[in-house]
Amino acid sequence: MNHATRDQHSGFRAWLDRRTGLDSLLRHALDEPIPGGAKIAYVFGSGLLFLFLSQIVTGVFLAMYYVPSADHAHTTVEYITKEVTGGSFLRSIHAYGSSAIIIVLLLHLTQTFLYGSYKGRRELVWVAGCALLLLMLGMAFTGYLLPWDQKAYFATTVGTNILSEVPWVGNALKRLLRGGTEMGTLTLSRFFVLHVFLIPACIFAFVAAHVYSFRKAGAAGPVRENPIQPKLPPQPFYPKQLVMDMGFAMLIIVALGLLSYFSPTELGPKANPSDTQFLPRPEWYYVPVFQYLKYWHGSTALLGILLIPAVVGLLLVGVPFFDRTLERRPWKRPISVGLFAIVLLGLGALGLISHRQDLRNPGVAAQLKTQREATKEFMQAKFEPELSGGSMAAQNAALSNPDAAKGKKLFEGQSCNACHGDSGLGTAAAPKLVGVGQKYNATQIESLLRRPTEKMTQGGMPAVDIPEDQLKLLIAYLQSLQ
Amino acid sequence: MPPLESLTEEPPVEPNRRSFLAGLLAAGSATVGALLAVPLVRFTLHPVLARTTEKSWSDVGKIDEFQNLAFPTKKLVTIEQRDGWRRTLAEKPVYVSKNEQGQLIVLSAVCTHLGCTVPWVEKENKFICPCHLGKFAADGKLLGGPPPRNMDRLETKIEDGVLKTQYQFFRQLTRNEEELA
Repeated sequence: MNHATRDQHSGFRAWLDRRTGLDSLLRHALDEPIPGGAKIAYVFGSGLLFLFLSQIVTGVFLAMYYVPSADHAHTTVEYITKEVTGGSFLRSIHAYGSSAIIIVLLLHLTQTFLYGSYKGRRELVWVAGCALLLLMLGMAFTGYLLPWDQKAYFATTVGTNILSEVPWVGNALKRLLRGGTEMGTLTLSRFFVLHVFLIPACIFAFVAAHVYSFRKAGAAGPVRENPIQPKLPPQPFYPKQLVMDMGFAMLIIVALGLLSYFSPTELGPKANPSDTQFLPRPEWYYVPVFQYLKYWHGSTALLGILLIPAVVGLLLVGVPFFDRTLERRPWKRPISVGLFAIVLLGLGALGLISHRQDLRNPGVAAQLKTQREATKEFMQAKFEPELSGGSMAAQNAALSNPDAAKGKKLFEGQSCNACHGDSGLGTAAAPKLVGVGQKYNATQIESLLRRPTEKMTQGGMPAVDIPEDQLKLLIAYLQSLQ
Repeated sequence: MPPLESLTEEPPVEPNRRSFLAGLLAAGSATVGALLAVPLVRFTLHPVLARTTEKSWSDVGKIDEFQNLAFPTKKLVTIEQRDGWRRTLAEKPVYVSKNEQGQLIVLSAVCTHLGCTVPWVEKENKFICPCHLGKFAADGKLLGGPPPRNMDRLETKIEDGVLKTQYQFFRQLTRNEEELA
């Protein structure tokens, strides 16, 4: 039968297979045996992979218009949101995609934890998965700053401030991440590089490690299954599990698409570091952490901010090393499952508490409402392209000295700019005048204008024949050229 | 673990049904993929398809100013150029003058020779380019010197008593006017 199917392949496919081994690779992927057969509970892993791919694609396209600098980031995101065809939709898919990843990550984590899927020679699968969880949280944190609006700026200010709680090296770490003591354009560049190059590269590596070690150990199957020597009759991944996975992916697309279409993600007003009123609130998945951190100050900070999270993290990463029995049924593992439930419920409770505190404090509620209204108002405003720094009007505005401004009119009126260029930048016909004020004083410039040197005359420079007061203005302008 | 051969026993899928399903899944994925690519393509093509700022009209001045024009007057017009999310403003000198029929015309002050800005020299009653002494009459007609053609005329219109012009760049050193973007 195998021969029969191979013969059905056209010449090209047979050739491609001989060169690449694609068929056997595909067969290897599709024939993955699943003890006990396909289950809806197993769709989350591939759902995450699908979401990650979607983030890559939308992210790459967004980068086509985005500029990572404190001067332009906000303008370019506003341009994407308000002007570019489908820009708001694509940005929404990307922004909501990050939330979707967190949700599906939690589902994947919960499912594999409850099923004891880390048991039976699956330590590396688990550790790589934990690394991916951390990396994804890093993606969410770094991506949040990139639009450079108020909430991005202030949430990241708070987020990076936490680092200074780390003993001894805290401040150094904070400065390293920010690229200075304060948040600024260097912070944005660093976050961009982390978000676009460094963390994704690590994610690729850990996804490979995660999937490879998973396939090496094999699917664990249902909770009653022996994780090392499965007894249940296996079913191949294709077609049933694949169809379920694809169905889940479709569900994700449709949900993200509908949400992005009908309720696109917003952009707030540009970050204003001097705003002292702004109340930063992180994205929903960081709210529990945000609330948790409020409880630790001064002497307890070390315990709450460093020690407890470190212990929880170690317990999570190390669970396949601590919990060595092959028992997988959750009701037979009360300690690990109980701890897991406490942490998860605790995080949920912290989120709710934070929400309720915001609602109950009238001052906070009013300020948050003002911020929401500012965002709404900003979203309704028409996009105004940024005035380029090199443009004439900007240069005129830079002429704060009124004499110099009048002198500029004379410079153009006398057609000095014909040869010396607009703004004295120089042309092929005559040298630039920028910086002439540093080279000569006013008397010297006046003398050169009234009686050009021989070299100047040969170059075509006429003597300037205008009244004394006008000449003063012209000189003021020439001195302003820097 | 039972040998893989027994896998095919579990769901008794015939090869025909299996490849039919594969075709269905492949076609379905391709359709969904193509559908998902639509917003990406539109997103990418935005600068190509979106109406770019067509040549915009810049104000030169009130028409009354120019009614009794005896000789060409220099005016600075502000032109705005959009470049994606940014815009540049530039001021360009033009001359308001009259043609033989006495109608108002607007001339670009850029010399058709090498692009210097041509001043109106009142004493000689002509435009004289300071760079290579190209000379033009008040209506922009070439009188002598190295320039290959008359001064370039810009499109004009009068709206609400305001003279407006469409500023343009032209190729230098050519006999005929060639518009540049």
